[in-house]
Amino acid sequence: MTDGLANQGASNSPGELLLTTVDGKPLKQALIHAQSRAKRRAFFLVMPLLLFILITFVAPIAQMLHRSVHNDGFIVTEDFGTGERTPIMVNLTQWFDENPPGSEIDESAYAALAADMVVLKEERAAGQAGTRINYEISGSRSLFTKTARNADKLAPPYKEAIIGVDPDWDNPELWTVMRSASSAYTATFYLAAIDMTRDANGNIEMVNENRQVYVKLFQRTLILSLVITFLTFLLAYPVAHLLATLPLRYSNLLMILVLLPFWTSLLVRTTSWMILLQSQGVINDAMVGLGVLDDENRIQMMYNQAGTVIAMTHILLPFMILPLYSVMRPINPSYVRAARSLGATSWTAFRRIYFPQTVPGIGAGALLVFILAVGYYITPALVGGADGQLISNLIAFHMQKSLNWSLAAALAALLLGGILILYWLYDRLIGIDNLKLG
Amino acid sequence: MALPKHADTLERIWHYAYLVICGLIFLFLIAPILVVIPLSFNVEPYFTFTEKMLKLDPTGYSMRWYDLLLTFGMIDPDAARGGAWWADAWANSNWINATKNSIIIGFFSTLIATALGTFAALGLSRPEMPYRRTIMAVLISPMIVPIIITATGLFFFYSSIGIADWSIFGWKIPYLGVVLAHATLGIPFVIITVTATLVGFDHSLTRAAANMGADPVTTFFKVQMPLILPGVISGGLFAFVTSFDEVVVVLFVGGLDEQTIPRQMWNGIREQISPAILSVATILVIISVALLTTVELLRRRSERLRGMSPG
Repeated sequence: MTDGLANQGASNSPGELLLTTVDGKPLKQALIHAQSRAKRRAFFLVMPLLLFILITFVAPIAQMLHRSVHNDGFIVTEDFGTGERTPIMVNLTQWFDENPPGSEIDESAYAALAADMVVLKEERAAGQAGTRINYEISGSRSLFTKTARNADKLAPPYKEAIIGVDPDWDNPELWTVMRSASSAYTATFYLAAIDMTRDANGNIEMVNENRQVYVKLFQRTLILSLVITFLTFLLAYPVAHLLATLPLRYSNLLMILVLLPFWTSLLVRTTSWMILLQSQGVINDAMVGLGVLDDENRIQMMYNQAGTVIAMTHILLPFMILPLYSVMRPINPSYVRAARSLGATSWTAFRRIYFPQTVPGIGAGALLVFILAVGYYITPALVGGADGQLISNLIAFHMQKSLNWSLAAALAALLLGGILILYWLYDRLIGIDNLKLG
Repeated sequence: MALPKHADTLERIWHYAYLVICGLIFLFLIAPILVVIPLSFNVEPYFTFTEKMLKLDPTGYSMRWYDLLLTFGMIDPDAARGGAWWADAWANSNWINATKNSIIIGFFSTLIATALGTFAALGLSRPEMPYRRTIMAVLISPMIVPIIITATGLFFFYSSIGIADWSIFGWKIPYLGVVLAHATLGIPFVIITVTATLVGFDHSLTRAAANMGADPVTTFFKVQMPLILPGVISGGLFAFVTSFDEVVVVLFVGGLDEQTIPRQMWNGIREQISPAILSVATILVIISVALLTTVELLRRRSERLRGMSPG
């Protein structure tokens, strides 16, 4: 075997001296072998963690993404005890398949609905199917449960009978929603997440002005995150510069003031801001005590956007200071000195010589702070009030309160998409390996 | 940073203004954390300094909120303080139980994160590692992805695999879902700190060890481990703090009996904020000071070991 390989190597490059290892293998092949072994060894060290992350992190998020386009609440019911899945709304689904969008809702459609209502009553699934429709037309859940309760009394002509139970059935919008809910895979939730809907003919349009919430919330999240990023930059730049120019002995001491907030519990920092900003809190009390403010005119600094911005600027500030510092520290002061000795004013020397050298640090810090700010949840939830909420808070609302999980998943998917683009950009521009923690 | 001798008046003014601005920013950074400490000793149930406190009158201060931490949830808090009282507190006090839960969850998630993360960092810092950048990006992503998305995903995932009912020989594993999730969240910190200590790691050391007949396991424990240990410990501390401070995942996937300190705080802040929260906050600030000191000392030791700073 060894001979064969050696011969082959020799015949491929006649005239060249063939180097071999001690056991007679050509050196090139032995090297490739050794390298691929080293590669495998490195990979085996990483593999357990990679598998762990794939199972405990990537898979759950993939499943969530699936849920954002898949919701079979209207067509399948699952028994909680046995896990047995039974199709529901079979007749109506068939009717939708046979009649294109825009068809007249005739007697055959109502007959299919009546037959399905009997099944809903038997399976006790009216609430579930109604909930799916309720996501888009409120009041539909009770419409379904009420009609299913009367399912046995329905008799032809079904149209009159069903509308007799509740006139809401005569709503063309309801039938559009039921049509889209009759297929498990749907883009409805993504449309809803950007304030869009389908009209009776299946065309996509914006929802009513007064029901548009999500686009505005995305905009607000972006704007507030930009404001916070800018504020952290304004505050971090002088501090990072001071830390970078002081002798190490002093800057290490001052660095503790930057790192301590970093190590302190997020909830503690948020609580601190609550007691500082409250209308009966420390800042207002101090200003009233100093006579700056009247007791009646205390400033409302919390439960609004100001609260979110102030607290988040404080919490994210270390993430801006640290990358700026690590870029500023190695900057050679003789460049600025040279500029000054050539006649530049201190402002020109700063603007033309110092500042351009710190731009990579600004980019790193700004991207990191922005990425973290866009997804913030805890702080806006506690100090943001109604108009200081960000997109994450709305996802939590749909998860915990309205229980419209597919809409929550669609909103989360949009947010995640944005974050991943920024994360990719961060990796390309700065490199994740350069992320430092203190 | 000192002013040059030839600086003119304007430059001097600007220089001192700059120092004042920096001082104010440092105040902005640190004051909100320190302000909770005196307020946690307030005798009144207010969140602001009373007149007595400002006059440093001892009667304006008390330990009542710290006492409330012990007694809240006890069956008989007013009994005489003896062995039975402490046993009651240990078994029933809400905050003590939350502390126990937080420590158990933090310990096991740190163990998983540190063990898996250290080995992965060793592999990632080898020059031969294939797809290094992509894999690193995936492993760091739990730190970047908003916590609400992680929590939402885990909520669906855990309920679909029924993790709450998993058991070994009829023993239901407590906290399993939360521990795995917290391990995931802590892993990026371990990877970052351990790979940072491995930067500039002299690979000829391991080759020398192998040359002298040490097998890879011996080489790891005798040569590599002592050098990267400071990084591993800091990474572990980061992971522990991450778990110790995490509330959203616990809220979404934790069982009702899985109360942790942050969850208890969250409920306290949302429902009716009591000064007892401030005493918890004070204790947490003291813990974070201790942790920060440890990590700083470790970092210096690591730099000294690697000959990066004189010491």
